[in-house]
Amino acid sequence: MHHVVLERWSRGSSPLHQRDARAKILALLVLLVVIATAQRQVPLLALLLSALLIAAAKWARLPAWGALARAAVILPFTMVFGVICWLAGDPARGLSLVLKSYVSALAVLLLVATTPLPNLLRGLEAMGIPPFLLMVAQFLYRYLFVISEEAQHMRKAAAARAPALRFTGGSVRFRAAAGALAVLFARSYGHAVEIHRAMLARGFRGVFRPLETPRFAVRDAAFLACAAAAPLMLRLCVERFA
Amino acid sequence: MMRRLVEVRGLKYRYEDGTRALNGVDFHLEEGESVALLGPNGSGKTTFILHLNGLLTGEGSVEVCGLPVNARNTAAIRGKVGMVFQESDAQLFMPTVLEDVAFGLLNRGMDPGEAGDRARAALETVGIGGLAGRAPYHLSAGEKKRAAIAGILAMEPEILVLDEPTTFLDPPGQRALAGLLAELPQARILVTHDIAFAEATCNRAAFFQSGIIAAEGPVADLVRRFDWKFELERSKSK
Amino acid sequence: MHIPDGFLATPVWATLDAIAAPAVFTVARRAQRGFDESKVPLLGVMGAFVFAAQMINFPVGVGTTGHLVGGALLACTLGPGAATLVMSVIIAIQALVFQDGGILALGPNILNMAVLGVLAGYLPYYLWGATRRRRAAIFAGGAFSVMVSALFALSELLLSGVRMPGPVLGLSLALFAVSAVLEGAITLAVMQALEALQPDFIRQPGKVPARRAVFAAVGLAAVLLAAVGVMFAAAAPDGIQQLGLETGIAAHVRTLFSTPFSGYQTAFLQSAWVRKASSGLAGLAIVYAACIGFGRVAASRNRSL
Repeated sequence: MHHVVLERWSRGSSPLHQRDARAKILALLVLLVVIATAQRQVPLLALLLSALLIAAAKWARLPAWGALARAAVILPFTMVFGVICWLAGDPARGLSLVLKSYVSALAVLLLVATTPLPNLLRGLEAMGIPPFLLMVAQFLYRYLFVISEEAQHMRKAAAARAPALRFTGGSVRFRAAAGALAVLFARSYGHAVEIHRAMLARGFRGVFRPLETPRFAVRDAAFLACAAAAPLMLRLCVERFA
Repeated sequence: MMRRLVEVRGLKYRYEDGTRALNGVDFHLEEGESVALLGPNGSGKTTFILHLNGLLTGEGSVEVCGLPVNARNTAAIRGKVGMVFQESDAQLFMPTVLEDVAFGLLNRGMDPGEAGDRARAALETVGIGGLAGRAPYHLSAGEKKRAAIAGILAMEPEILVLDEPTTFLDPPGQRALAGLLAELPQARILVTHDIAFAEATCNRAAFFQSGIIAAEGPVADLVRRFDWKFELERSKSK
Repeated sequence: MHIPDGFLATPVWATLDAIAAPAVFTVARRAQRGFDESKVPLLGVMGAFVFAAQMINFPVGVGTTGHLVGGALLACTLGPGAATLVMSVIIAIQALVFQDGGILALGPNILNMAVLGVLAGYLPYYLWGATRRRRAAIFAGGAFSVMVSALFALSELLLSGVRMPGPVLGLSLALFAVSAVLEGAITLAVMQALEALQPDFIRQPGKVPARRAVFAAVGLAAVLLAAVGVMFAAAAPDGIQQLGLETGIAAHVRTLFSTPFSGYQTAFLQSAWVRKASSGLAGLAIVYAACIGFGRVAASRNRSL
């Protein structure tokens, strides 16, 4: 599964993995804005930025082809729009849509593949995002696997009864699926109650306290300077010389 | 005389829909004791233990280490009673094992550096020191149970309460848990259906039935008295 | 629909990011102050539920299946504020971990689905959940939440210059309409199953005091009309201009809009497309602000989350 693979990648120990999350987030934002606002020479810029990202993936000791392939998951969606634009007489825009969204997806993938989600969330908190949102995200991610597994079991159980169900009307199966969702809802709610109890039992008083606070080092600043400058320089060059 | 760690008198509890879960329970726990709570599903065992750290409040009196369980004493009592829930997934809610074990300590206002050290020590005690940086959902059931126990031990409680700890464990896991418990000094209350485990780890048992404790005594006695075992006679199974 | 990065024009995503961030952060900060962080496990786990629920397939006939989106269901069980927060987090995680939707596009996606979609999903239930029309209200909520999100998303794309010729647009709208009906049906079915299982899960709408009901109804109408109106404006800006010229409204609108904007319109926005887009955008922004204002007053002044 996609997020399982990304998670495995994120537990690496390359120099890029070890950079402070804030530096990586800011560098990502610069790159995203550079590609999103580009109007001229988009294909060339997209190519150069992709090369930059591949180089970063190699530096992070990640499989380059794997990263390219995983980012390609958005292509079916974006190519539909691309083709429609092309057929409507604006092929340049169609191509631009596909390329810009692909490069952006690749960049985001690289961030997540080099930063474990808890670190990413801690970095965002240090950047001013309300902690409440980030804690909800942390818990969501933590229990995503648990609840998904329960949903899978329900699907398998339903599939095991499918031959019998095939002879029942669509509305019966519809109600069965709704019933399954309701049960999943109830189970999830039950988990939440248990978790809350476990938190209270260990003295939770309403505020989550962090075990580690991220520290921004000179190395991180240097990385940020280079990583932000690179896409900007590439775009300037492309617009000036191409 | 041994200090009484838990003293419960006439505990009653009713659910919101009116069902009586506990109908006047009297219970006590001395230092160094290890008590198994046995009984049918729905007889009130889990409901009972939730009163010991104030997660539920009923009528009657509950005292832990001499303190009555009420709103004012909640924080202190939760530091003395370490509860391990049946579902390890509900207990290990932080992104890494280390952060989870340190959770209780950080809640007390402990300095993060010291909390980290103590958490690491607790993980060593239960034998999974190497799993500190791992995400909980990747662990096996046995490892999760140990991590949950480490999280409790880090808080240095006086009483350990475990709710059906062997549920998801395979036989070697159960053996390992029994071995671990034998090395811990705290007094214990163990809710369990696993008779062999209860016999191996507890020196006393209480049998719950319909919201009261019907009998107390050695595990083997209660098993015999209530026919609380799974054994089919050969001839009958034909 | 999750809009990827690189699809929207800079003024569109920048403006919507600037609107979405304070809107969501305010709700989050209020939650933090009001409820301490003990609601966090519930919201997190229910977010995981929505993710997982999207894996359960509902038969739509003709061999296809659909799935729940979840905004309306969350709103009717956890409340609109909590639903907004959970949906926002879901959208952010989908963008980060699954690259489903862009990062710069988080503002538009969150506004479409987590703010406006949730509002459109909740208000019918808030207004009519305690009446005989309860089931229709729940169905409508589910359908509106999908339709409103879709209309705003399509409008944003059109305003950004993404080409969608008539038939394509018509087809997209038809597909979204089917999705909307499905969401309504699933939301209703799950709510009914939940009521049978554990009535406590569902928020009970009480009798709504008259003044608040008016706000809420106006809010709902505003959201729906805005969604449809913006769609028309984006799809046929020339048609709107024609209509405006004929009715004489155009002159008034031009003075209203162009005075603050005429400064940089002449300075560096030369192309006709950009002129249209920026006026459309101004209109969008005003409508958004109005919807958020009405909606927040009506739905959130009640028990916050």
